[in-house]
Amino acid sequence: MKAIQIDSLWKEYRLGVINHGTLVKDFQSWWARLRGIEDPNSLITIDEAESCGVNAGKVNALRDINLEINQGEILGIIGRNGAGKSTLLKILSKVTSPTRGCIRTRGRIASLLEVGTGFHPELTGRENVFLNGAILGMSKEEIKQKFDEIVEFAELNHFIDTPVKRYSSGMYVRLAFAVAAHLETEIIVVDEVLAVGDVVFQRKCLGKMKDVSSAGRTVLFVSHNMNAIKNLCTRAILIDQGCLTMDADPESVVARYLDRNLVEGPIVSEREIEKRIEGVIKKQYPHFRILEIRMENEQGMAASKFESTEPVIVQVKYRVFQKVNDLRILVAVADEMGTSIYGSQNTDDNSTAEQFYEIEPGDYIARCVLPANIFANKKYHLNIDVVSPKKEHHVLKKILEFEIEFHGYNSEIQYGGNNLDFFLWPKMSWQAEKIDTATGV
Amino acid sequence: MMTDKNVTGDDSDWDMVIKPQAGWIGLDLGELWRYRDLVGLFVKRDFVALYKQTVLGPLWYIIQPLFTTLVFTVIFGKVAKIPTDSIPPFLFYLAGNVMWGYFSTTLTATSNTFNQNAAIFGKVYFPRLTVPLAVIIVNFLQFGIQFCLFLGFYFYFMVNGAPVFVTSWIWTLPLLLIQMAMLSFGFGILISSLTTKYKDLRFAMAFIIQLWMYATPIVYPLSQIPDWLRSYYVLNPMVSLVEGFRLAFLGRSALCFSDVISSVTVTILVVFIGVALFNRIEKTFMDTV
Repeated sequence: MKAIQIDSLWKEYRLGVINHGTLVKDFQSWWARLRGIEDPNSLITIDEAESCGVNAGKVNALRDINLEINQGEILGIIGRNGAGKSTLLKILSKVTSPTRGCIRTRGRIASLLEVGTGFHPELTGRENVFLNGAILGMSKEEIKQKFDEIVEFAELNHFIDTPVKRYSSGMYVRLAFAVAAHLETEIIVVDEVLAVGDVVFQRKCLGKMKDVSSAGRTVLFVSHNMNAIKNLCTRAILIDQGCLTMDADPESVVARYLDRNLVEGPIVSEREIEKRIEGVIKKQYPHFRILEIRMENEQGMAASKFESTEPVIVQVKYRVFQKVNDLRILVAVADEMGTSIYGSQNTDDNSTAEQFYEIEPGDYIARCVLPANIFANKKYHLNIDVVSPKKEHHVLKKILEFEIEFHGYNSEIQYGGNNLDFFLWPKMSWQAEKIDTATGV
Repeated sequence: MMTDKNVTGDDSDWDMVIKPQAGWIGLDLGELWRYRDLVGLFVKRDFVALYKQTVLGPLWYIIQPLFTTLVFTVIFGKVAKIPTDSIPPFLFYLAGNVMWGYFSTTLTATSNTFNQNAAIFGKVYFPRLTVPLAVIIVNFLQFGIQFCLFLGFYFYFMVNGAPVFVTSWIWTLPLLLIQMAMLSFGFGILISSLTTKYKDLRFAMAFIIQLWMYATPIVYPLSQIPDWLRSYYVLNPMVSLVEGFRLAFLGRSALCFSDVISSVTVTILVVFIGVALFNRIEKTFMDTV
């Protein structure tokens, strides 16, 4: 039985030039148009807008989404920031309305777009439970029935009559989630709420969501936490630039999502960079441009596989078009799930930092050495940011992948099993000394 | 609950259909009724928040009209010598201030509906009208306190032989209050809808309210309005509300029945336009704010 049916759903946002939010500016624009000069309040010129892939000041956040969701399913929704996930949820929860198309649903919908919406600091926990529940669509009677369960779940028995302004942030979030989790609606929409609270509570929330669906309720779950998607969902969809690009089991959708951005091999060319670059980039009169990114070993050979005992050298080749006072290059290492592990910035090294101040036009190569004896037996991704503060910011996410073969530091020991689950296995110093047993207890 | 119905493409088979907005009239009174608990809880929230935050909170409601009235009595009564239909000036101004106090506070609050609640409106759906509805109810607390203040002085003046008396208009007081609430509600949500597009309108509100006060018989009686202006003047719906209140308690006013009719007509019109515009804006305002 279908719980939700979405037919050719479109959502279009207008950009900038329609109106400026104040009567005064609207009048200015009108006066400028009347005299045939350029609108002083226009945020972006038409040329710029077109080069960003936007036509006529409109952008489609959702394009022709067709989807059927069965009752009792937990549907994971994956996509990059700005792909349209949240827009879809907002339309579903009636916060905004679609431009075209239609959604039909069976049963009430409750949305947990952000926990604690409408909590008032002066009110006690008890009063806020009722208020928040009512905002989310429950009647007083329903909340009364569920009240003890909510308090129990939030582990706040002693504090329920304390104003929430005295709560710790953890208590606050627990209470808020507890209210939302006990909604008696047939469809629940969840957007990234699990990014809060401690691990134990997060686990509890995930468990609660599983219970909810086994009780025949439908859950729509947006998250960047791929493990949560894989563990929790029965089905997943991938949204990319407003289009539904994949609809399958969570494992394969997650795999596709994680792979989508990777470049094969150790070198990224200028053309490849052009396609993947994000951030604040000036099309006219740019300050700099990234020409190439490559990984190599100590011998200067381009490589994407390394031994754990050799350094990984990351080279960023860039062209400076006009004098830049301060250029920062950030190299960040992330795991396959996208979790950042560590980063390093060109200005970290005091002895060479001045090479990145007052840069004259020309071509440059910056080199970052990721030292040996740090990585474990894993695949890693590189994220690279090149920034000139307040001028330009080029972001390249997951631009390269490299694999480390970890042999261990001690040839007499067999490494393996759980040991290989670590993100990192740096070589550290160890020592032991004998202490006096009489006083050592 | 749900049964095994056959799935068809027919809308009637589904509980809710979300479509692009169409038309102007989309007020779902049934939905508003289902959320009546929420209105009650909003009222309680505002009440409790006010009561908990300051000791001076409720006291402030007394100080404000009292001082305004004193200033009016000196400036307009003693210095400018504007007649007050032979009603003791203090009572005359206090009556006006009590009524105007409710209207201006409520109007200011309701006209901020979208801006003040943008965060919550962007996160979760509930009928947006619950917020201004709660405001008009909460503000009756302020009115109640100020009305008691008025009654206190009223009896004091009466005992001391002032020429004031209750007329049978007093029975219309609940209707007056309802009309005043509806007016500040309707006008407030109208402004609130416009401020989502024109943010500078918000700053103009304080100014508009002040000008509006001078277009309302607060510091002068209706009887001072020249005949040629009168038929336009009474289109301001607050005229008949303030004068009606005075007629009920102070016994004298130049108000006539046709003024009341035009005031009620304008109020209904404002509420109607306000609700229509508000409903239209609430569906798209998250895209513009």
